[in-house]
Amino acid sequence: MREDFEQRTLVNRRSFVLFGVKGLLVAAVAGRLYEFQVVDAARYQRLSNDNRISIRLLPPRRGLIVDRFGKGLAVNRPTYQLIMTPEQTGDVETTLERIAALIDLDAGTIAKVLRKTEIQEGFIPVTVRQNLSWQEVARIEVNLPVLPGIVIETVPHRHYPFAGLVAHVSGYVGEVSQSELEGDKVLRFPGFRTGKTGIEKVYEHQLRGTPGTRQVEVNAVGRVIREIERREDDPGSDIRLTIDMALQEFAVRRMENQTGSVVVLDALNGDVLTLASVPSFDPNVFNFGLTGDAWQALLNDPRSPLLNKPVAGQYPPASTFKMMVALAALEAGAVTPETKIHCPGSFTLGDRTFRCWRHWGHGEVSLVDALKASCDVYFYEVAHLVGVDRIAAMARRFGFGETTGIELTGERAGLVPTAAWKRAVYGEPWYGGDTINVGIGQGDVLTTPLQLAVMTARLVNGQFRVVPRLVRHPTGAEVPGFESLDVDAAHLQSVRRGMVEVVNNADGGTAYSARIQDEGMEMAGKTGTSQVRRLRKEEREGRLSEEDIPWAERDHGLFVGYAPLDEPRYVAAAIVDHGGAGSGSAAPVVRDVLREAQRRQSIRWNTGDEAEGSA
Amino acid sequence: MVALTSSPLATGTRLIGGKLVNMAWGLLFLLVLVAGFGFLMLYSAAGGDWRPWALPQIMRFGAGVVLFLVIAMINIRHVHRWAYVIYAGALALLLAMEIPGVSGVGVHRWIQVTLGGMKFQFQPSELMKFAVILALARYYHSLALNVARRWTSLPVPLILILLPSVLVVRQPDLGTGLLMVAGGILLMFLAGVRKRWFIAGFSAVLGMAPVVWYVLLPYQRDRVLTFLNPNLDPLGAGYHIQQSKIALGSGAVWGKGLFNGTQSQLNFLPEKHTDFIFTMLAEELGLIGALGLILLYCFIVLYGVSVASRSGSQFGRLLALGIVSTFFLYVFSNIAMVTGLIPVVGLPLPLMSFGGTAMLTLMMAFGLLASVHVHRDTEVPRHTPGLI
Repeated sequence: MREDFEQRTLVNRRSFVLFGVKGLLVAAVAGRLYEFQVVDAARYQRLSNDNRISIRLLPPRRGLIVDRFGKGLAVNRPTYQLIMTPEQTGDVETTLERIAALIDLDAGTIAKVLRKTEIQEGFIPVTVRQNLSWQEVARIEVNLPVLPGIVIETVPHRHYPFAGLVAHVSGYVGEVSQSELEGDKVLRFPGFRTGKTGIEKVYEHQLRGTPGTRQVEVNAVGRVIREIERREDDPGSDIRLTIDMALQEFAVRRMENQTGSVVVLDALNGDVLTLASVPSFDPNVFNFGLTGDAWQALLNDPRSPLLNKPVAGQYPPASTFKMMVALAALEAGAVTPETKIHCPGSFTLGDRTFRCWRHWGHGEVSLVDALKASCDVYFYEVAHLVGVDRIAAMARRFGFGETTGIELTGERAGLVPTAAWKRAVYGEPWYGGDTINVGIGQGDVLTTPLQLAVMTARLVNGQFRVVPRLVRHPTGAEVPGFESLDVDAAHLQSVRRGMVEVVNNADGGTAYSARIQDEGMEMAGKTGTSQVRRLRKEEREGRLSEEDIPWAERDHGLFVGYAPLDEPRYVAAAIVDHGGAGSGSAAPVVRDVLREAQRRQSIRWNTGDEAEGSA
Repeated sequence: MVALTSSPLATGTRLIGGKLVNMAWGLLFLLVLVAGFGFLMLYSAAGGDWRPWALPQIMRFGAGVVLFLVIAMINIRHVHRWAYVIYAGALALLLAMEIPGVSGVGVHRWIQVTLGGMKFQFQPSELMKFAVILALARYYHSLALNVARRWTSLPVPLILILLPSVLVVRQPDLGTGLLMVAGGILLMFLAGVRKRWFIAGFSAVLGMAPVVWYVLLPYQRDRVLTFLNPNLDPLGAGYHIQQSKIALGSGAVWGKGLFNGTQSQLNFLPEKHTDFIFTMLAEELGLIGALGLILLYCFIVLYGVSVASRSGSQFGRLLALGIVSTFFLYVFSNIAMVTGLIPVVGLPLPLMSFGGTAMLTLMMAFGLLASVHVHRDTEVPRHTPGLI
């Protein structure tokens, strides 16, 4: 075909032209190479040999994390590395043997170092070992005369002096992962660390800082001859927390051998004084990478040391939820503080019977009596009268059902069930019995320990929706402008009176044995005991004692409290996982912690060094 | 037919056997040689270690060779039929990068794919380079020469080229976008578009230059400025070029020997395992090594040109020439970049630089080139109903 022939000729002709152009381009590149590598080779060799100017990155000092009084919770500490310059060492093998006799050095490392020295130029330093202990450094230093070409370099490393005591707040740092490699050059710096959890992660950008640069001249063997210019790094900013480390430590030690959470808040401004999660883990271990076994052990521990329980643990609030039910009932006008309800020991709705924890009943009880003795039947009745939606609305005003927004990762929202929620999630209608369960904080209600503390703060702080914070306000000033709680002051007054009775009334107060006896430091509060699973018949009839039940099936003990009674400032919430009744497990913990907080005057400073807060 | 007695299976086997005999073994040999050079340099870049670069690269190349052979077996009639579909698929992937969440933050070049529990990162722009050529080759194949030379045949190819290029430049990947345009325009030239249009287009681009200047991102402007005057910022953006020149020059005729490139091994040289791998080679193996590698690249291009000249169809010719032209553009741009002939635009050196998607798509493209070779006498219908 003629047309086809024409087309073919044209393509071939143009392809030939193009190939010619490509040839010219290749010639240009070749010419360029000739210019560099032949004509100017001597000049470039000189530049390469005796004037090697190198720019080195100076990683920035990571900002510190300190407590409210400036005590270091995450600091930088030098660690020591053993560096060898083979050329100066001469007999590398003998030197390595000598080092192995002094410090721990496995055969694999020796082989790797030997291989590196064989293929690399002798002037390139090789890292023999990282993270030497003080003793190891001392042993090497003493023997330096017989270890030519060996130096010890210091590299700053993150250190957590309190180990596991605040690990869930501070978080930890670890090696930069592939997914974090975006932009910042310093992330590629060997050994650089970034925050993985907690404050270390949330405030990563403030803590990190910007790297400096060092322009150095190195000689023919690669050694630095002189520094030409140095631009210092811009260290990361320090983060000052609201935590009072001494109180935090006290709380953790108080919970020793138990599992659970303690939260202490400043009721007025939301400062988190203590956020303890027990048991914990040592964040220092994560810095150098964890062995697979150690990691598995942490993951599989039934007491979940990695879980930050105060913000990520979700529990039924049980009787600590009764204040919400009471407020909802008062607001709806279903009861007044004077209304008496008869408790015969159980409550019947349709064909279902709901028992009071006191099988023989409480008799005639008012609101204050019901809180004091934690009478279940009273709250079954009022919950039934008020309905779940009004209880849910009240609970939400106190912070249940949504995250508080605290500066930590992994916070959970808890759950405040409503009829609409149940229909959406389970596709089932809401039954009257569901409301009864909600009336005593069981059923589907879930809370975090932090939410319990926030609820307590809002009950006592003069009607503000205080929001918890872990990082101190830069000026240390009070945070104004919380939203109004919008609950009748007289109603709050009645509920608080009940909470005072719980602890201070010898006649039936559920936490009387956990009262604070020091004059002027007395506390008020509310106990709670939340079921982990349905009770067995023997237990209901009191024939089975707590010790006979497996740990993981025992009830959780809860307590929320505040102190002092006049002008309350400190609020605390504690949950002892599987600790049994709240009165015997969590209440004594809160008592001791609130007492210690007042004794220590954790809130004595509002700003850095200013004396006396505006309490 | 003699095949009266033979079963379809036997025919199939004979067919594949015939194709294997006819395979572009010479091309594969050249590819292995160049890639081998690459493995050696990656091994050296890691200070004499197969990790972290050389070993994964070898495995990818192995996978690439398999893809090469499989694709070479595919009849170019089928390649022709599916050309537009492949183009549309690649374009869809590129568009997907515009959707927030599909790619990472900031630079939108990669798609994460999880296959059998393993995570892969995939760059759609690499695939697009060759998809454009496929689409253009099919378009021009359907036109008679006198039709192809009319101005009315200009808009379709221009849209085929510009649509993906704009998306790639937006990612932002200026280098790849520009080379995509250049590769497409070369193909239009080969297909017979009148020279006057190229002259007109070139003048228009020159006139547009000031406008483009405003569109460039600050770091892209910096690169152009430092290219024009490297002394402006010898420790910032110009540092790369300066150190690259010192490395090249000090390598001289015979080089400093493997593992002994002081510039490379002491980390004066940036990105020595990717964009600046040629510099490292020239430092350690000298002018001899550098020219040797360039010569191998030229052989590959020459091979492609000869495959094209023997192909019986316009589609085959344009496909073969398009592939080697794009290949050449990359090789030239990278080497010109590291030798300071053009600004640093961040382009890899084909077959040498560390990188997965680039290696695999390139081997697939060479598989197409081999297919053109194997099926040089196959007739490709000029008119096909529908897109497929």
